[in-house]
Amino acid sequence: MGIPLPAAQPLIELHDIHKSFGAHKVLAGISMDVRQGEAVCLIGPSGSGKSTLLRCMNGLVLPDQGTVRIGPFDVGRIRHDRDKIAMRKYVSIVFQQYNLYPHKTVLQNVTLAPIHVLKQDRAEVEARAHALLAKVRLSGKENSYPSQLSGGQQQRVAIARALAMRPNVILFDEVTAALDPETVGEVLATIRELVEEGLTCILVTHEMGFAREVAHRVYFTDQGVILEDGPPEQIFGAPRHERTKAFLSQVL
Amino acid sequence: MSDATRPIGLPGIHRLFSPLVVLGLLGVFGASTMATLMASADSGPRASTLWLLVKWTPLLFQGFLMNMLLSVSAMALGTVIGAFWGLGQLSDIAPLRRVFWTVTQFFRNAPWLVILFFVMFLVPFEVRIAGVTVPLPDWLKAIIGLSLPVAANFAEILRGAVQSISSGQWESAESFAFSRRQAMWLIILPQCLRRMLPPWMNLYAMLTMTTVLASIVGVQEVMATVAKVNGAEGRTDLLLPIYTYVLIWFFAYCYPIARFTRWLEQRSA
Repeated sequence: MGIPLPAAQPLIELHDIHKSFGAHKVLAGISMDVRQGEAVCLIGPSGSGKSTLLRCMNGLVLPDQGTVRIGPFDVGRIRHDRDKIAMRKYVSIVFQQYNLYPHKTVLQNVTLAPIHVLKQDRAEVEARAHALLAKVRLSGKENSYPSQLSGGQQQRVAIARALAMRPNVILFDEVTAALDPETVGEVLATIRELVEEGLTCILVTHEMGFAREVAHRVYFTDQGVILEDGPPEQIFGAPRHERTKAFLSQVL
Repeated sequence: MSDATRPIGLPGIHRLFSPLVVLGLLGVFGASTMATLMASADSGPRASTLWLLVKWTPLLFQGFLMNMLLSVSAMALGTVIGAFWGLGQLSDIAPLRRVFWTVTQFFRNAPWLVILFFVMFLVPFEVRIAGVTVPLPDWLKAIIGLSLPVAANFAEILRGAVQSISSGQWESAESFAFSRRQAMWLIILPQCLRRMLPPWMNLYAMLTMTTVLASIVGVQEVMATVAKVNGAEGRTDLLLPIYTYVLIWFFAYCYPIARFTRWLEQRSA
């Protein structure tokens, strides 16, 4: 690691990814690139493989076939723990169900991995965590436990936790799907700020309005393949594929 | 009052000893004592059974203390051993998992008394360590014997608790590059502690009641003391009151634990 990437080279490259769970083929040949500063939205019907695709981008799911490159790392060829840690630091993830550590305070949730995995200095990590919690507008909640927060607040803690790794890319897996409608907005506003700051963000989402406004590029996936992709004006304004049209007419 | 409307707080004494249960026990004790008192009134100048109970109470209590010692020690030892067995079953090394699974199943599916006898005769009555002879008294062997089934049951409690933690927690730990060991100790096991407490206390109450088995293998606990008292007094009219008396002691010790466990379970549900 540590090799600076030429600006032109994508941060994440997927080439011809296939993945099956048992007899069920989830991904059937997906290739895509994600570039520095891009906001990418993956949309498509439930069960179309979006979440699996996202998990291929940080090595949580290893494809049966095809190659995944994350920054300087070929995910299939990672052998050392050191490289694995560097790869996971490169790409952070926010989950639909937050998956916060319920026995830890908000501050500890944010600092746990930087302290124990990245072995960074506690005082420095805590200072950064306070700043990140302020950024997601949760100052004052440092000593609360996740169960004392609303869904939207928990999800913003999860975003601060992901940011604390100082990732190059951050993955969002349907992060508003489990939230009450009134707290969806605060989470989306936080993500929008990150995109505006130039952080590379990849979102699996059902928030079409948000995808339309914020995404640089939208991918429509169905039955394990990318049916079409392009800027949001094109996907939402003039979809070419029949199935894209059918899907959008249902959700919009 | 339904569970949902109950105020959160320590259970009041009225719920620890529901009046019906206490009345029932006092009734049995009272009736049996009365019966024997009346019987003794017929047969001349003999000490009343009530007086005999009072007289022997200090000795009986010494025996009961031995039951407490056995239960607390076997629980501590069994918990430590069981933690190893339980974690062994969760190891990512398959042969290790199988070994600990087999050991756990073996001691979980054997009668406690048989294990107790097994250890009594397997473990020598003294061991020589660096030229020093260390005696192994019966009560120590009983602690070891009782700790094995406790360990097996605790191993299952631990394994169950770990497996009840949502897979999202493991996934989250993995995505932040925690090693399996770190994930276990920093993220999974701390969440298990609360879940394990009620079944662990349940196990302790069971163990406490089971410590009387130690009398069979010669440990001077409360049942062995009762046998001695009966031998010394030779009074058949004492049998019912004295066993009722001991029953009440165990009840008074175990029932609050059971209620507290139930309260913990309801609170965490």
